[in-house]
Amino acid sequence: MTSRDTIFTRLGRYGYFAVGGAIFFALLFAFVFVRGGYLLTVMQLAMIYGVFCIGLNFFMGYTGQASFGQNAFAALGGYGTAVLCVQFGWEPVFALIASMAIAGIASVIVGYPTLRLRGHYLAMATFALGLITYDISVQWTSVTQGYMGYSGIPPLGIGPFTIEDERMKLVCLMVILLFGLWVSGRLRNSRFGRALRAISTSELGAAALGINVARYKLAAFVIAALYASASGSLFAHVVGFISPEVFGLQMVVVTFTMLYVGGVGTVLGPAVGAIIASLLPEIVRSTGRFQDIAYALALIVMLIYVPKGLSALGGLGRSRVAEPGAGS
Amino acid sequence: MAFLSVRNLTKRFSGLTANNDISLDVPEGSLFAVIGPNGAGKTTFFNMVSGFLAPTAGTIEFAGTDVTRMRQDKIAAMGLIRTFQLVQMFQGMSVAENVEVGCHLRTRGGVGSALVRPPWLRRQEAELRAKAHELLGFVGLGAQAKMSAELLPYGQQRLLEVARAMAAEPRLLLLDEPAAGLNAHETDALAAVIQQINARGVTVLLIEHDVGLVTRIAHRIAVLDFGCKIAEGTPDEIKRHPDVIAAYLGTETTDA
Repeated sequence: MTSRDTIFTRLGRYGYFAVGGAIFFALLFAFVFVRGGYLLTVMQLAMIYGVFCIGLNFFMGYTGQASFGQNAFAALGGYGTAVLCVQFGWEPVFALIASMAIAGIASVIVGYPTLRLRGHYLAMATFALGLITYDISVQWTSVTQGYMGYSGIPPLGIGPFTIEDERMKLVCLMVILLFGLWVSGRLRNSRFGRALRAISTSELGAAALGINVARYKLAAFVIAALYASASGSLFAHVVGFISPEVFGLQMVVVTFTMLYVGGVGTVLGPAVGAIIASLLPEIVRSTGRFQDIAYALALIVMLIYVPKGLSALGGLGRSRVAEPGAGS
Repeated sequence: MAFLSVRNLTKRFSGLTANNDISLDVPEGSLFAVIGPNGAGKTTFFNMVSGFLAPTAGTIEFAGTDVTRMRQDKIAAMGLIRTFQLVQMFQGMSVAENVEVGCHLRTRGGVGSALVRPPWLRRQEAELRAKAHELLGFVGLGAQAKMSAELLPYGQQRLLEVARAMAAEPRLLLLDEPAAGLNAHETDALAAVIQQINARGVTVLLIEHDVGLVTRIAHRIAVLDFGCKIAEGTPDEIKRHPDVIAAYLGTETTDA
């Protein structure tokens, strides 16, 4: 009884929406598990994109900056893990972590000069970053194998334990996604997160209160790159194959859609958006040759009627600011 | 040596001299005001002192340190905190959270501690909430703590900005036209808040358009006109100063 009380008092009048949303996702996963097959793959990819979007949300949501080039870091993660595992026989887990470190360092080097730009200029510069990375992955065939792509990437695992079963892969990805969300939530409601969110609406105000705006923007950019790299590596390990197209423009468009459908700047938005936007094409598939139109229509309707994203519907992503005593 | 010491401060914007050779000294603990008609260069002066604009010439010394051309957040870290004429709310954050951001300089912790949440951090967060609560009560916004900041009426946003600046525990508080756009009642409430801040030992440098407010609460006033300092003195001296009457107060002073 007490536990139910706290859930509802903490989420306030959004409590029922939140619980409804949780039940919806629980049923959805149960259905996918029982049904198996193609839907498993769809959900696996949704989890991977979700990880990417959580990172993107740090930079675009919390900090309010535009980046059209985070796919560059996903490519770094994907190719990093592929090369380390296939060429050098590394353990997938270590390859994933090493790739994240490389992406982190790369993001500092790239971000330091780039983040001096603002608004549209920053958007263009980051966009170029993605295009350059795409070109490198096509041209540098000795490392990336060009258009052919990289195959034979081993599945995730440690030592003799590898995750080959599709259902287990999904469970593993879910755990990783939840961990990513936990990190995101903790950081959002901290001194660090408050500084990022202050920057998102007033850089002047933030600087006047002693926040080093350039440093915090860079930190958000690096965090976004770490998530992106992790998602790139996860894709490589789960699917077993990567090519330049995987981390191309399509990825930018898809992840933006997910972020805005789910709710930019909220904690759960990126995950909710990734799942819904991944399932939507499957749902509208029944409309046959009108499926692209149906998909676009569904997105437009969502953005008009739920402009703050689906997670705002249930107040799922609401920060705990609403209750002053929440820390206890 | 004065607490804030400005020497020969000059700013030119390609041909236009916004500030010309301004020198002034703000004593520690005082409530000092800079007034002047629109376009006199008050905000330019303010932006240079707080590091948001690089001066063409001149020096600014704060508490014995040369802060000319220092980055804004470093100046803030020294205890020189400003507000803005155009309110800089952190939208999408609650009123209380806005004040919590103000505590940035007086708290510590980064990504690592935010994830682990060690005991000291939890204690710090509790203190932070208590401080935000206290400051919001101080400016009279206690009841609005949970509201989204951008939903506050304009006058209350100004008070929130003052509370937020106070959370940074300033040694010198710079208020840029805090009464702009406020009605008489709101201006009175603000004046009381400013006087109480000063009574707490915070030196206040106030830029204001509202002469009535300034002559009522300031200890000392400097007057700018066309980018130059034309007078400085106590409120009574300023009210009688012939140049000030001519340049700024005009014939309406007899009513004031």
